[in-house]
Amino acid sequence: MKLRQGQFSFLPDLTDDDIRVQAQYAIDNGWAVSVEYTDDPHPRNTYWEMWGHPMFDNRDAAAVVFEVNECRKEHGGKYIRVIAFDASPGWESMRMGFIVNRPAQEPGFRLVRQEGAGRVVRYTIESYAAREPEGARYA
Amino acid sequence: MNDMSETMSKTIGDAKKRYAAGVLKYAQMGYWEPDYEPKDTDVIALFRITPQDGVDAVEAAAAVAGESSTATWTVVWTDRLTACDKYRAKAYWVDPVPNSPGEYFAYIAYDLDLFEGGSIANLTASIIGNVFGFKPLKALRLEDMRLPVAYVKTFQGPATGIVVERERLNCYGRPLLGATVKPKLGLSGRNYGRVVYEALKGGLDFTKDDENINSQPFMHWRDRFLYCMEAVNRASAATGEVKGTYLNVTAGTMEEMYERANFARELGSVIVMIDLVIGYTAIQSMAKWARANDMILHLHRAGHSTYTRQRSHGVSFRVIAKWMRLAGVDHLHAGTVVGKLEGDPAATKGYYDIFREERNPMALENGIFFDQEWASLNKMMPVASGGIHAGQMHQLLTYLGEDVVLQFGGGTAGHPGGRDREPRGARGDGLRPQRRTRHLERGRGHPARRGPDLHAAEAGAGCLEGRDFRLRLDRLARLRPDARSVDVTRSGACGARTRPAP
Repeated sequence: MKLRQGQFSFLPDLTDDDIRVQAQYAIDNGWAVSVEYTDDPHPRNTYWEMWGHPMFDNRDAAAVVFEVNECRKEHGGKYIRVIAFDASPGWESMRMGFIVNRPAQEPGFRLVRQEGAGRVVRYTIESYAAREPEGARYA
Repeated sequence: MNDMSETMSKTIGDAKKRYAAGVLKYAQMGYWEPDYEPKDTDVIALFRITPQDGVDAVEAAAAVAGESSTATWTVVWTDRLTACDKYRAKAYWVDPVPNSPGEYFAYIAYDLDLFEGGSIANLTASIIGNVFGFKPLKALRLEDMRLPVAYVKTFQGPATGIVVERERLNCYGRPLLGATVKPKLGLSGRNYGRVVYEALKGGLDFTKDDENINSQPFMHWRDRFLYCMEAVNRASAATGEVKGTYLNVTAGTMEEMYERANFARELGSVIVMIDLVIGYTAIQSMAKWARANDMILHLHRAGHSTYTRQRSHGVSFRVIAKWMRLAGVDHLHAGTVVGKLEGDPAATKGYYDIFREERNPMALENGIFFDQEWASLNKMMPVASGGIHAGQMHQLLTYLGEDVVLQFGGGTAGHPGGRDREPRGARGDGLRPQRRTRHLERGRGHPARRGPDLHAAEAGAGCLEGRDFRLRLDRLARLRPDARSVDVTRSGACGARTRPAP
């Protein structure tokens, strides 16, 4: 399965130039770009690990691409995403987010059903990879 | 028009004359005050009035002010027991409507103390309560309102708001995509859930019950909720995304609606839906419930055209939008510009601004007659729905921006690739795989060269899946990042402009 989170997840993987164009778009909007990685792709895993702080004063998207590649060197077997924060009043949240790196194999998610009273079912979504301990996923 | 301070429209303040037997004109009672400067705390209503032949426009405006505030048809001595000057609404400006003989804009100011805080029912009982059947008028339309910050702050506002909705869905930087399940009536719960599953797995974020799907013999509500949540969770596991389906909890009583909403929550739904026809108070109650239960609240504007459509009579949709932002819904349908329910782009921009902006500067070209401050009330997500399809993606982005739910109903299920076929489980082995590949290749190539016609002609690859839309959206953004957002005018200091410049 292919993880469909974020923007552009229905396109072929983005090239470094694609990443630069998008990051520059964010920078030009005054947003701070940040790189994050994880080996737990659960749809509600909000807090991916930060690859450094958001690059608040960076004006050049080439620096973002550089950090993505640095992150890939260490976490190339995990998910890496680029996100953009907008600090302006009324937003103060993310404005963009897209995956720029994936594990070679994406085993997907198991849907666990717990039968309840009547016909009610309680659902749990569990990443097959996340059954392994942190660091040992996506070997 | 506003200079016509003839004796007949002058307020008669002298108590002896005023309370003598007989009937006074409304203007003489004090409902016409051309010199009145509206206070920052006044509620202001702009009506389009069409007086009966022979009825003076100023007198008609004064009558509307009177009937929507303190007046009855005559002066009553009990007025003298109150500070009646304060409670009288004041018509302060009347202007002929350009190119519409016989129609006038009437600006009327209401003191804040005329209204109960936090109650759309009370606000509307005054402003549109009695006056629309008033004999001296052929027609009456409420075009716009200025709601003072002091009043705005008495309302909860959207339960979730655009920002938190995006955070909950983990979805940024692109429009949300949805589809209404069709046919809108007649599917069994099991079949209905199939449509939900296929559409969500294909790439849509939301599917939607239609306005009249409640609990009918072909599908009772619990059945629908159970099968839909199976579909939502299956699609979520298949894509790794948060998915939702607007479960319509509209019912005959509040008790029944709460029961359905609570069941939706128990099943893990992120969103529920109500229809406008349940009424303002029920909407506010559901907004409170949604805030208390971490639920996004979708409002389908069922029935609004009965009073929003005619140009000379009724209530403009921009006013309904303002009331709904106060009342606290998160999603509301707002027109598409293109599509089967064609709307004027300028007016539609006005609606979208009311939904999404921190403040609306006066913009007469968009039908925004007043500066409106929203006092940090959450933003509402506009929903574009009605005959739109993936071929219009570039237009939709241009007109509507990215904070919008693009709702493709027939455009998804009625897709030429999928109409006659059994829905495919896995999208990779769907129809015409070679076209899929071409789509992907084009993503690397030069799709910017391709015009709208080609887009439309190629809408062939998506079948019963949302994937096509996501693909188009992604590709468009990738090549033209600036195509994602539409210019949002935040310019202009907002003084309290309460009438057009003379």
